[in-house]
Amino acid sequence: MSDWNLRDKACIVGVGSTAYGAFPETDAVGLGVDALRAAVDDAGITFDDIDGVILNRLPYDRFAEVANLQTPFLMPTEAHGRFSAIALNMAVEALASGQCKTIALVYGNDGRTAKMKYGGGAGFWAPWGFTSPGASHAMMFRRHMAEFGTTSEDLAHIAVAFRDHATKNPAAVMQKPISVEDHQNSRYVCDPLHLLDYCLINDGGVAWIMTTAERARDMKQKPVYVSGYARQDDFSQNSYPADDYWYPALQKVSSQIYDRAGISRDDIDGLMIYDNFSPTVIFALEGMGFCKQGEGGSFVRDGMLQLGKGRWPTNTSGGHLSESYMQGWALIVEAVRQLRGGQVPADRQIANAKALQFLLATPVAASIILRNDA
Amino acid sequence: MTYVKPLPEEDKWSGPFYEAARDGKLVAQRCAATGKFFFPPSPVSPFTRDKEWSWEPLAGTGKIASYVVMHQKYFPGFADEVPYPVIEVELDEGVRLISNIVELGDRELAVGLPVEVVFSKVSDEFTLPLFKPAN
Repeated sequence: MSDWNLRDKACIVGVGSTAYGAFPETDAVGLGVDALRAAVDDAGITFDDIDGVILNRLPYDRFAEVANLQTPFLMPTEAHGRFSAIALNMAVEALASGQCKTIALVYGNDGRTAKMKYGGGAGFWAPWGFTSPGASHAMMFRRHMAEFGTTSEDLAHIAVAFRDHATKNPAAVMQKPISVEDHQNSRYVCDPLHLLDYCLINDGGVAWIMTTAERARDMKQKPVYVSGYARQDDFSQNSYPADDYWYPALQKVSSQIYDRAGISRDDIDGLMIYDNFSPTVIFALEGMGFCKQGEGGSFVRDGMLQLGKGRWPTNTSGGHLSESYMQGWALIVEAVRQLRGGQVPADRQIANAKALQFLLATPVAASIILRNDA
Repeated sequence: MTYVKPLPEEDKWSGPFYEAARDGKLVAQRCAATGKFFFPPSPVSPFTRDKEWSWEPLAGTGKIASYVVMHQKYFPGFADEVPYPVIEVELDEGVRLISNIVELGDRELAVGLPVEVVFSKVSDEFTLPLFKPAN
């Protein structure tokens, strides 16, 4: 048994999201405020109840000025999507310590309108033409192909499943169904990765309201408990494509999280996997023990991740590949709506969902288990 | 002809790497206590966190650990070359370099292909290590 004692201590009691797309009439701060207003309404609280703020991708001082949030606790986080998990963990700890009673977590991104480029900037490998997170993941995936026989067509099954989910989500940017052939025929961005292996950069805002389990019980929405989380960083290959797919770090997370949450993997009804690029879905599933290392490619085929078909419905919103790249934040919103029940279209609902798990395969390996029946 | 691709951003740690490359030598920092090489150039050895390291020559031989083919035009200087391959080379001493392949001829780019370093002078100041299939 571990010393970890934060099981079911905090809940997500409000979520809000804007539309995703191109919104040149506003900016990241404006989108963040819009999302936060929606989350405050959803939680049935007022802005005066908020006594803690965690921000991602937002200028903290300007945001606090514009949203008029004067609190004893405010924490900005870096733009990487891995901070979706870190922010949620930090909120649980701030609530458990008594520092805060009600925390607003806000994400705002105007990357599409700002023509944000993830590549082409300065970097140690730029003289050799190597740039962009996508290329780094492509390099990792080629290694995985050589080491285990994984194929690009395996990735197609991930993209197809998530797109199928997006067609059931009116908020998803991508609505047109795709086939394995469509994936294979889409242009290469960085061979072995095709266009349909990449996330979708858009403008949008996402917010969560979190509070203690005691407070959550009397609130407007059915509480979603943070039953457990675990994290292990490995920055030892930060300047390179990781040659181990973060497997050891993910394995450590996997070895801790179910014990912390007090349930087993068999109790998990569906997954939210950080899908900046489709290979990270395979890295996450292998590292977190859903299949053996090297078998992720065959594991995801033929609808394993598809709602109504496979054991592990994953990214039922469409995820970053087909809903929008909201860097993990909107995946948590989807998990909350699924666990409340009746808040997504019936054909998108994971039947009787009681426990969902978030998986993050990055130099910050992390996972979170959310439940509605703690 | 003007060189249009991105040039290295030499800093106080990477300077000796590029100075050596100008002389046709491949070097990396080697940790005194462990004997292990590390890269990219750093203020301290990540193995000991101390400054007891020295620049040491590398054999310049290794194998392709992975590779990609860049299709997207990210750098104007590479725009005329897309699609172009980029290789990840694992050197015999254990450190890795991201680089480009030259003199491939009719050989197929593949993981595991043995390679050896060659040097390409791109400006008065900079010479880049590239790799060709090993003989």
